[in-house]
Amino acid sequence: MDLKAPHSMGTTIIGVTYDGGVVLGADSRTSTGMYVANRASDKITQLTDNVYVCRSGSAADSQIVSDYVRYFLHQHTIQLGQPATVKVAANLVRLLSYNNKNMLETGLIVGGWDKYEGGKIYGVPLGGTIIEQPFAIGGSGSSYLYGFFDQAWKEGMTKDEAEQLVVKAVSLAMARDGASGGVVRTVIINSEGVTRNFYPGDKLPLWHEELEPHNSLLDIINASGPEPMHM
Amino acid sequence: MATTMVKENNSGPAQLLGPESAFERTLYPYVTGTSVVALKYKDGILMAADMAASYGSTLRYKSVERMKSIGKHSLLGASGEISDFQEILRYLDELILYDNMWDDGNSLGPKEVHSYLTRVMYNRRNKFNPLWNSLVLGGVKNGQKYLGMVSMIGVNFEDNHVATGFGNHLARPILRDEWHENLSFEDGVKLLEKCMRVLLYRDRLLWFELNSIDSVNGPLV
Repeated sequence: MDLKAPHSMGTTIIGVTYDGGVVLGADSRTSTGMYVANRASDKITQLTDNVYVCRSGSAADSQIVSDYVRYFLHQHTIQLGQPATVKVAANLVRLLSYNNKNMLETGLIVGGWDKYEGGKIYGVPLGGTIIEQPFAIGGSGSSYLYGFFDQAWKEGMTKDEAEQLVVKAVSLAMARDGASGGVVRTVIINSEGVTRNFYPGDKLPLWHEELEPHNSLLDIINASGPEPMHM
Repeated sequence: MATTMVKENNSGPAQLLGPESAFERTLYPYVTGTSVVALKYKDGILMAADMAASYGSTLRYKSVERMKSIGKHSLLGASGEISDFQEILRYLDELILYDNMWDDGNSLGPKEVHSYLTRVMYNRRNKFNPLWNSLVLGGVKNGQKYLGMVSMIGVNFEDNHVATGFGNHLARPILRDEWHENLSFEDGVKLLEKCMRVLLYRDRLLWFELNSIDSVNGPLV
């Protein structure tokens, strides 16, 4: 039996439910081997007005799956006469992932809000398993977050608490995972609609062994005379 | 995110056909469940499985149900790839639905469901596209107890006690020694718990839920 251990899907993606909706978060690095192809990518993609998906793994595979699901969901919405539910969106993603499991390499987190079930998060990892969770993490950066979420997650958070948790988690993963980086993007979905937020590097907290950023060496030198280096 | 790379293909005959051939070939599992253990007791079947699904060596999901009741008489437990287990549940949903639609008072029992699953697993194996699961199917119909197993290559048999995965090596010796006809519910649970405890020590198990079926009350969780 050739058990393929999990292989790197350069990204950190997170989806978290809170009392009233969901918060989706992701980093912005797309890498081709060691080179960063896009340092400001948007990995949180819209499927419908009320359902978004976080993409990880192969950029091409995740994009094409999203495109197909968006297409099917559009038709489904027209036929149904009302917004599609998160469950339907997630199951469409699962169908494509599962039936093409030989050819696809993409892990997805589907999150959204509908009037029947409220905020919901569904994980669709490699292979096409579908699993409903109160929070989901994915991508190579997620390896560093299992312990963090075990400790930091709690039921019934507010919208702001949830978003702060997501931003903190993504930035922690970005600090340690070479395949994650750039900026943190979040999308909040609830009954009132969708809000997109953007956290550039200087808005994120510093972690262990990280140094204060400066725009230029010149700023430090001119500020208060040369300081002797000390250990 | 990495751009797509052509995946290396390990299976022999398919390599001759090139990287993307018309039909699918041997897969590998990604998200997997570990052992399931089951035994017959006086009034029915007892089955136990943990609630963890692993991703390689990471214990990724910790509240996955790997046992589901099928129709009115049976219980299915699965180890192996969870996405394939979910697909099997969909097939069985359809099977039970059509059975109900006959509305003839008859209902598919564990023997029939086991037979169906065996055919599905074996036929998939013949097409070199297996469902990567080991299934345990147990139930009670008209007072008759039934407990069977199907592997991913279609090997199937019926026995008084079965186990999948690590359970084959760790639990079955215990069951062979200590199982006997007419186990009471309490003794059955104790025996199953003993097996699960050994698996907890020696396998990467996390947590277990216990399901049982008996002839009077139907499926209990």
